[in-house]
Amino acid sequence: MSASAEAAVRDEVRAWLNDHWDPNAGLVEWRTKLVESGWGAPDWPTEWHGRGLSAELTRVVEREFARIGAVGVATGGIRLLAAATLLEHGSEAQKAQFLRRILTGEDVWCQLFSEPGSGSDLAGALTRAEFDGQRWTVNGQKVWTTSAHHADWGLLLARTDWDAPKHQGLSYFVIDMRQPGVEVQPLKQMNGYASFNQVFFNDAEVKAEHLVGKLGQGWTVAMTTLAHERRRADGLRSGRADVASEARQRGTIHEEEAQETATVMAPYKWYPQRAGRVDLALPNALASGRIGNPALRQELARLLILSSSAEWTARRARAAQQHGQPQGPEGSLGKLAASHVARLAARVHTMIAGADALLAGEDGPENGLIAEILLSVPAVSIAGGTDEIQRNIIAERVLGMPKEPRFDQGPFRDVATNASRD
Amino acid sequence: MPDIQFHFTEEQRQFRDMLRRFMAAASPTSEVRRLMDTEPGFDPAVWRRMADELGLAGLMIPERYGGSGFGLVELGLAMEEMGRVLLCAPYLASAVLAANALCRIGSEAQKQRWLPGIASGETLATLAFAEPGSEPGVEPIAMQAAAMDGGHSLTGCKDCVVDGCNAHLLLVAARVEGRDGLAGLSLFAVAGDAPGVSRRRLQVLDPTRQLARLDFEGVPAELLGGLGEAGPALAETLDIGAIALANEMAGGAQRLLEDTLEYIKLRMQFGRAVASFQAIKHRCAELLLQVELIKSAAYHAAQVADANPEALAYEASLAKAAASEAYLHAAIEAIQLHGGIGFTWDQDTQLWYKRAKSSEVLLGDPAWHRERMIQCLEGRESTSAPTGALA
Repeated sequence: MSASAEAAVRDEVRAWLNDHWDPNAGLVEWRTKLVESGWGAPDWPTEWHGRGLSAELTRVVEREFARIGAVGVATGGIRLLAAATLLEHGSEAQKAQFLRRILTGEDVWCQLFSEPGSGSDLAGALTRAEFDGQRWTVNGQKVWTTSAHHADWGLLLARTDWDAPKHQGLSYFVIDMRQPGVEVQPLKQMNGYASFNQVFFNDAEVKAEHLVGKLGQGWTVAMTTLAHERRRADGLRSGRADVASEARQRGTIHEEEAQETATVMAPYKWYPQRAGRVDLALPNALASGRIGNPALRQELARLLILSSSAEWTARRARAAQQHGQPQGPEGSLGKLAASHVARLAARVHTMIAGADALLAGEDGPENGLIAEILLSVPAVSIAGGTDEIQRNIIAERVLGMPKEPRFDQGPFRDVATNASRD
Repeated sequence: MPDIQFHFTEEQRQFRDMLRRFMAAASPTSEVRRLMDTEPGFDPAVWRRMADELGLAGLMIPERYGGSGFGLVELGLAMEEMGRVLLCAPYLASAVLAANALCRIGSEAQKQRWLPGIASGETLATLAFAEPGSEPGVEPIAMQAAAMDGGHSLTGCKDCVVDGCNAHLLLVAARVEGRDGLAGLSLFAVAGDAPGVSRRRLQVLDPTRQLARLDFEGVPAELLGGLGEAGPALAETLDIGAIALANEMAGGAQRLLEDTLEYIKLRMQFGRAVASFQAIKHRCAELLLQVELIKSAAYHAAQVADANPEALAYEASLAKAAASEAYLHAAIEAIQLHGGIGFTWDQDTQLWYKRAKSSEVLLGDPAWHRERMIQCLEGRESTSAPTGALA
């Protein structure tokens, strides 16, 4: 990136913000201006609300927004995964219908991939979509669906051909979540929160023009969505926070944005706890006096070794990318490490709490926070790709070990599944 | 304080490539097996070339004393490549422990007298600190130095001295005023063949690392630096050694993983490559994670030692504890994944297993280093004391 290109972009966005930024504008009104100017999604193509800027120049724009505390386009939930997928595989009509309202935040999106019968084996989806010449009719069940209860649209992976091998019989749709054939129920987790939903389709309808990509190529399209999801997860896990506002600014637009964020984030208050809260271990050990326990000292040191080494490994991977080496499957190593860290952290927190580890809620240590850690860490090694799947990825793609023999490569109709299809 | 780097520079990578080529040619396992049965336990011709062609013997010694003046990052790279091939050489003893001790403790005249010889590889030196049955670190040192004719004499025993029988120059840690802990420690220089020094080559579990027991009986010794002032620098020297060793272990663990993968991809059982079984793949994936984690810890510690010496003790203990467990784990897994042949003398995995075991214990076992990490965090005064050995 040349310094002059950087300066030109900086000057231009600075001038534009100077002319247009109004902290008391309505949230949608302001984001509409961002969409029309292309400053809201500068790395998107110019014909679709963007400016076609490189990732580096986009960071320059983001820093300018952060500098004055200007609100950006909507990014919560899976909106940007939906947008990235539509930009790559969507029809012109789909882009015209959906992209703008993704950026303004007017539409909420959800992702309908996982099913009770297919978690790790996502391509084994049994939800069916049938075409009657005019529209698609959808029947089946999805699970672990974030935000389904207030979503306007869903990204749906469904089976459209039972005679094709399993990866070739899937198609990808945009489904209207606000219709009678779609029923959403909260899914309560073992830690008491209900952060996800189950979604039931009973003759739900999808318009013919809402097939994304070609018929039977749903797996390819879904891979695009998942690649963006993984990239985002790797970024978050390695501590690469999005450029945040440097100062909380006054103005009604910030209240509106905070409300929007709070709605999205409410079901995930336990998320920091699932990673094990290594940050609390040493302070709690010192404050409780349990630091004198030699067994705890050993485990605490193990935890610090593991979490530090994992962090440095992520930073090595990031540095390698910055030096032009291609992104490898380091994400899988990082995710695997995170599972080890979380489990060991839970063990250390238990040793520190002693018998108080029996207690939860207001009676529990730190007003229930420790109990929340102990009951949330099992999620880490499952969500976003189980440890077992990560180990397969590492073994096959990094270590070059052969794949297991498979039993699911013939017509999907003949593949053993978890449900009757008749 | 300079930034910690998470990426090797182009020069450092070229240095590594050059070392890898050299080591692969100089130390195939056939050579390791030949040398471990010889009396010095290393090949003087290879040592000569390491010093002359690659400047390795004086890597961390300042240029004004004939060295190359590099930091621990470069030394770590060298150790990692040596660990890959199980190089048999008095490198840790002379170029790491003795060179660092002299640089930190010796007077200007003493440095001028001895460092150029160490840097050129002519002088083999070692650091003698441990005593029979003593805990790790320098606090437990009990050997007394007696005043004699305006100088000092040493009486007592030093144990598990790395390359102690090969060294021309012995740097011996002892006490002059009978005080405990770091205070009151001094370092003395003694010629390896001085009268009154009896040296015995010890039978070792890991024949690629030479250890000796040294007995001193009223041996005249030259004090290095100030009397009773060597304690903190000795502790730092052992930390440098621990970080160097952690890098060596990372190289060995990586090699174990590579060799094991190569074998199990070819080995057929039940009509398939052993490497195709998920039970095996998952263990190898975990092994890769362990190897990457200890590389990160070892590289980070080397960077910190060069950039922020105040964090040296904590970082050294972190890296050494991490590497000790992961290297041994890698060796255990490597033998298991090889199956029966892995337990045979003729199969090479056993050589790395033995090095992993000796590295686990040398310069402090992992439990001791973990305890020390917590002591550092508690902000205790001592920088290298285990529980029970505090002043």
